[in-house]
Parts: sequence; C-alpha cells; structure tokens
Amino acid sequence: MLPLTSSMEFSLAAELAIAVVLGIGFGFALERAGFGSARKLTAVFYLYDMAVVKVMFSGVVTTMIGLFALSAIGLLDLTQLYIEQTNLVAQIVGGLLFGTGFLIGGYCPGTSMAAIATGRKDGLVFALGMLSGVYAYAEFTPQLDDWYKAAALGELTLPSLTGIGMGWWTLVFMAILLGGAWGMARLEHRFSSLRPQTGQ
Amino acid sequence: MSTLTSSRPTHVARTAGAAAPRPFWNPYLAGILLGLVLLATYVITGRGFGATAGFAAVATWIAGTVSPSHIQASIVHAKYWNEGAPLLNWTLFLLLGALIGAAISGWQGRRFSFTIERGPHISDGQRLALAFVGGFIAACGAKLAKGCTSGQALTGSSILNAGSLVFLLAVFVAGFGLAYFVRKEWL
Repeated sequence: MLPLTSSMEFSLAAELAIAVVLGIGFGFALERAGFGSARKLTAVFYLYDMAVVKVMFSGVVTTMIGLFALSAIGLLDLTQLYIEQTNLVAQIVGGLLFGTGFLIGGYCPGTSMAAIATGRKDGLVFALGMLSGVYAYAEFTPQLDDWYKAAALGELTLPSLTGIGMGWWTLVFMAILLGGAWGMARLEHRFSSLRPQTGQ
Repeated sequence: MSTLTSSRPTHVARTAGAAAPRPFWNPYLAGILLGLVLLATYVITGRGFGATAGFAAVATWIAGTVSPSHIQASIVHAKYWNEGAPLLNWTLFLLLGALIGAAISGWQGRRFSFTIERGPHISDGQRLALAFVGGFIAACGAKLAKGCTSGQALTGSSILNAGSLVFLLAVFVAGFGLAYFVRKEWL
C-alpha cells in the first residue's frame, strides 16, 4: 500500500537520498520549462507568454489524475497523504504578499534554484532575499505560527467541502485545462507585441 | 513540438552556431514531467514538494551558529533546529537536487550564462535590488501562508486543498494587479 512511508521506515540517509533524486527531477523539469529565467516567469503577468500557467496547471492535473487513479485501483491510501490546514486569512494575505514578491523579485523559491544553476545573478540575490525574509519571520513574528494553528479551519479539500468526489473534480480540472489552453493561445497572440525581440 | 523546433529562424540567429541555446520544451510536456515527479514524491513520501522550508532550515542553522541558546526563543527556529542538525532537512536536500537537475538541464540545453535577467529600461543594480526586495516579500508571504508555489500551489492544488487553491488565486491577483506598476522592470 502506498505511500511507501506508511508501510516502511527509511533511514535518515535514505530519506535524504530520495530527496536529492526527486529534486533532480524537479529542477530538471523547471529548467526545461524555461523557469530559470525571470523574464520568462514574469511574462505571464503581461500575457505574452503563459508558460507559467501552462506548466503549473498541466503539472497539477497530471498529479491529480495519478493520485485519483492510484487510489481508485486501491494502490494508494489518500488519507495517508499530508494536507496542510486551511487558514483563509493566511492564504489570502500570504498569497498576495507572495505574488507581489514573485513579480518584483522575478522568481519563486523553487525556480530560484534553476536560475542559480544556470548562472543568473539575480536568482542568487533573490534567494538571499528569501533567506533574509525567513530569518526575519523566525526572529520577529514567530507567534504567527501559533495564530495560524488557532485560526485554522482544518483540512479542507474540494471533495470534503462539496461532497463531490475527487474523480469528478479531476474531470473538471481537465476541462478547465483544455479550455484554458485554447484561451491562453489566443491571449499570447493578442499580446505578442510585448514579447522581447532578443532571447527566447 | 516538431513545429516548435522547425520554426526556429534558420538565418541570422544560426550564425551563432553551436553556442546558441536550445529552445525550451513545450510547456505542457514540461508540466507533465513536473506532475509525474510530484506524483512520485507523494507516492514515496506521503507529502509533496516544498521549497521555503529549505530556506528556513538554512536560516535556523545561521541563527544557531551565531547563538545556540537563542534558538529556543523562537518557536520557528526551534521547529527547524532538528536537535542541532538543521541542515539535515528533507526540503533542503530536495533543493540541492533541484540545483543539480537544473544544472544538468541547462548544460545540455546550452543555456548557462552569467547574466542578470531584466528589461531594457532599468539598470543591473536596480534589478538586483528589486530581486532582493522581492525575495524578502515572497518569503514573508510563503511563511505566513505555510507554503509557496511548490508547497501550496502545486502540491496542495493537486490534492484539491481548498486553502492552496485560494493561495494560488491570491498570487495571481497580486501579480496581475501590480504588473502595470513594475512594467519598467520587465518590458
């Protein structure tokens, strides 16, 4: 029965080795998508290159299909998967802050690794800004962690909120992806004049 | 994708010869690969990706190096202290792997170059300052929301976590809402 960690114990060394191997796949996919480049990443907000949404959405739908299929055939126990509790204020305010930092900084924490690995100096500086930010949070506002827990609404998912099963939601997300792919192609065409003339 | 490759300009740009960077993958194909890696992460570990926790582990390691007694004063540092070995952090090793994977991909695609990514209307110094400020703000948002693009947007959304989907929407609301005001940085 999956996940593997529900039925077997890994040593620390094995766990960290698994992390490195999965990380290699993670970083490879990000760099292949062009996410080592801040201009490619922020292009989504100017609508001339929607790669960020395309990659994220097709990634999410791929994982969703896999999780649903593995649980439907009885290989995976979905209840064993970790689900972060929802705290709506934290997710809204945090999301707005994060989006602001992403647009101004040009990267997110994961993609800054792809940027550093391909020589982008601004990626390294973004990562240093990130490090300062998490340091400042731990020093000055650690009590926000207590507030998060106290005000959390619990583990909320669309199936648990609506009573509609994960299979149906997977179909809905596939339909949104297909419609979105068509819409994004039109947007890119419409805003193609914003695309830089040099580079990719 | 064959059209993507065959439509590349064959005249001026090609004179750069073997040094020209190869085109990126089709984004949907890259997304499927990303999704399969995330699926494997879920199936093996029972949790998805993260990235911010790796930064938090380094921050706690720095704090502990400066003053070990200081660690217990913050519940956040205490959480990442890991009995004196904060660097043996799962997410930090994931990030280490990501560096290696991206380096392999970038090297194979001839995309490695020491540059600063910016639009033509700001200076390198301005761009680096904004990169730092943006990183700082993004870190505060990720800490508050308990996740970033990896931990919330990708990992949480794929299991239909309601909070993750709200986070994802908020990220795009902020990005699109502010894009006009920082256009000089990118366009």
